[in-house]
Amino acid sequence: MLLYLDTLIDRVAVASRWLVLLAMLLVATHAGGAVNPETIRDLALGEGDARASAIAAIVASGDPSALSLLQSMKDGDVKTTGDDRVYLIKGEEAVDLLTGKTVKPVPDNLDDLVINNRLRRELGMAIAALRLSSTERAARLAAARELQGGADEITLPAISAALAAETDAEIKNILALTQASVQLSSNDKATRLAAVRALAQSDSGSVKTLLLALLERKGGEYVERDAELRAEAERSLRAVEQRLSTGEMVGRVFSGISLGTILLLAALGLAITYGLMGVINMAHGELIMIGAYATYVVQNIFRQHFPGAFDAYLLCAIPVAFAVSAVVGMVLERTVIRFLYGRPLETLLATWGLSLILIQSVRTIFGAQNVQVENPSWMSGGVEIMTSVVLPWSRIAIIVFAGGVLALMWVLLSRTRLGLFVRAVTQNRGMASSLGVPTVRVDMLAFGLGSGIAGLAGCALSQIGNVGPDLGQSYIVDSFMVVVLGGVGQLAGTVYAALGLGVVNKFLEAWQGAVLAKIAVLVFIIIFIQKRPQGLFALKGRTVEA
Amino acid sequence: MPAAFVPLNLAVGAARLSRFPAHLLWIAIGVAAMVLFVVFPICNLVVPATSALHISDYTVTLLGKIMCYAIVALAMDLIWGYTGILSLGHGLFFALGGYAMGMYLMRSIGREGVYQSDLPDFMVFLDWKAYPWYWSFTQHFWYCALLVVLVPGLLAFVFGYFAFRSRIKGVYFSIITQALTYAAMLFFFRNDTGFGGNNGFTDFKRILGFSITAPTTRMALFAITGAALLGFLLLGRAIVHSKLGRVLTAIRDAETRVMFSGYNPLYFKLFVWTLSAVICGIAGALYVPQVGIINPSEMSPANSIEIAIWTAVGGRGTLIGPVLGAAIVNLGKSWFTQALPEYWLFVLGLLFILVTLFLPRGVAGLWLKRRA
Repeated sequence: MLLYLDTLIDRVAVASRWLVLLAMLLVATHAGGAVNPETIRDLALGEGDARASAIAAIVASGDPSALSLLQSMKDGDVKTTGDDRVYLIKGEEAVDLLTGKTVKPVPDNLDDLVINNRLRRELGMAIAALRLSSTERAARLAAARELQGGADEITLPAISAALAAETDAEIKNILALTQASVQLSSNDKATRLAAVRALAQSDSGSVKTLLLALLERKGGEYVERDAELRAEAERSLRAVEQRLSTGEMVGRVFSGISLGTILLLAALGLAITYGLMGVINMAHGELIMIGAYATYVVQNIFRQHFPGAFDAYLLCAIPVAFAVSAVVGMVLERTVIRFLYGRPLETLLATWGLSLILIQSVRTIFGAQNVQVENPSWMSGGVEIMTSVVLPWSRIAIIVFAGGVLALMWVLLSRTRLGLFVRAVTQNRGMASSLGVPTVRVDMLAFGLGSGIAGLAGCALSQIGNVGPDLGQSYIVDSFMVVVLGGVGQLAGTVYAALGLGVVNKFLEAWQGAVLAKIAVLVFIIIFIQKRPQGLFALKGRTVEA
Repeated sequence: MPAAFVPLNLAVGAARLSRFPAHLLWIAIGVAAMVLFVVFPICNLVVPATSALHISDYTVTLLGKIMCYAIVALAMDLIWGYTGILSLGHGLFFALGGYAMGMYLMRSIGREGVYQSDLPDFMVFLDWKAYPWYWSFTQHFWYCALLVVLVPGLLAFVFGYFAFRSRIKGVYFSIITQALTYAAMLFFFRNDTGFGGNNGFTDFKRILGFSITAPTTRMALFAITGAALLGFLLLGRAIVHSKLGRVLTAIRDAETRVMFSGYNPLYFKLFVWTLSAVICGIAGALYVPQVGIINPSEMSPANSIEIAIWTAVGGRGTLIGPVLGAAIVNLGKSWFTQALPEYWLFVLGLLFILVTLFLPRGVAGLWLKRRA
């Protein structure tokens, strides 16, 4: 029967998947609607090699009913009484797999089958191979991915058959690579050459290892004797490495931009309070922290009262985080900061004191431990653009969010009355006041706006990092660096500085490690400030320093 | 510095006001010296522990520590109170001095570490076979003492030269000093830097051959710290009452006008900045053998900013103020962290706010106001 199947598979290799299904259906009917009892006996009770060939036979048959058999065997639902009888246990009753009869009640002297790791692995692969003929794309894709790691000679025919029938490009690609990596150990030189050539299309690290193994040397001699094959392997290896390094580059740029947007979010609020108003707010990090805790509270409320709408909690948390931080900020401005306008060093010290009080308050209310903020389900997972590069949804969401916040802020500052007032007060307080701008209220609102944006940053940060009382402390130095580098009073400068710092940081990180990268960036900024004390994008003009 | 020492008659009210009458000063110093070098040693070493007059080892260590802090606050006062430059990186210089001394103390452990190797335990742990080059000569006390002065001094000189030359001042300067100490902290946290990473240096055994835990050694360190504090107070007084000091005050009050009068503020600032860093380094070196540990957390930005509050509480622009401030804040801290640990940050935070809002000249300012 094996021979017959082999020729059958060869013949349908070019036909469509429906033909294959039809053929398998035919085979199945030919075999009497179930897996051959001999095969089952070998599979359940045989020795190592007999079992392997039984699995091979089942995989080759492509029988859908075999799938459930293999699955229940892997799950431990197939048992034996020891006298050549094999039962499938289904709750109260058992099915004698060799005769097909139902036995009730379940025999009481059942033993588990001996399933060692090798067999368990082979069962898993066989199950995946059988699933390749599923009609659902997702199931086929999952099966193909599973096979990627552990396909072997046994599953090879199934993979080849599925490859011939597959229409989906992504699955086809995975299967072709899997097939090639198995064929690499074939005895036929032409097959191997073709396999090596096919592997050139891969972008996975494990393929690189496979190809490298072909070029390995032991004691001055190549392990692989065939020079032609080695040359081909070298060519493929280069292609794979090229693709891998492209992927790495893409990943690094992405994580750099992601870090940059996080810095941007943290620094945007500061760009208003420090950049426009000139207030050194050392409690800015703590306003971020408060935004994150507001998100945490909203999450808990949703979990308790509206568990059905849990995925929507984040949308509700955004305005709440903004409002809470903005109110806290305005209170700080009214009670402390306004008395210190024009005395930046004193402001720095007083706001540092405020930050200590805020940290300790949060510690007293929520405890010193980090709290758990869960991602909504739509944020988990990511987009896989290559085997080695997955872009997480949470990071993408934050990039989009930061863009939105930036756009809103721009509109607010340049297109609304409040924005006009803020700019007027920044440029010439006395003149603005004479023209009837309520400078005191504008100060308060502008500070509230900057604080609220810090709250938004906290809401975003809660989705990707730990939320604890010290959250803000880790961002304060970084966000000041961004504002200082970008130039005071410049939104565009802040954006460029944040993204630039993010990307540069990630590239240095890959080269020298995270800590040295951070130090290098800080040292760079210190040197940079010496050269351009006004930042990257200084306002041009003739101003006299006081 | 061609124009540096031309007499300059700016109104230096603050300096005048804080001038302590000379005869009172010498009496005060005499009393302080009596207390430090006679009363304390006797009460700690001679008077039995059961007596009411006995001063415990704990008190000696605590006061020794506070005197180190007072030296740092004094250094901060020279640069911030008198010259108007707020440094948020003085903890770095303090820690560097401490690390330089710590290197010597580590070498003096000898083979008494856990691994009984010639190398410190953390190097054995990292599987290093020999001391890295920058540890050469650190077995000699004189060399480490030199490092205590040179490392913070050189770093401050180079950093200050570039910063002051490009006329970075005010908050910008504060923020980049903060970034500097932050970067240094990250650097020292690395194990591969060769300074013990997270744990820093600890488990010292002896200094100059004396056991570091012996009461007499402790008392000696205490007295040396006290002498250093008195010495730096006198040095500070000499500086702020000299013409140099007046130029510094002028830079604080109207830097542009100082420039228009033909002075180059760069060298004045650079001198006092470097001196301040060196004083901090020495304070750090005195601190480490008394406390028995030095690690990178000393370089955290929060630590450096706390130094500023010692000076502010006591009263910047006066010499005795920082000493008072360091004592008040740190005695308060050691009391609170034992009695009401969760309230200490509230108190410290409130101190920052209230002092800047209502007590711009600190505790010493209150007294000066009454006298005036």
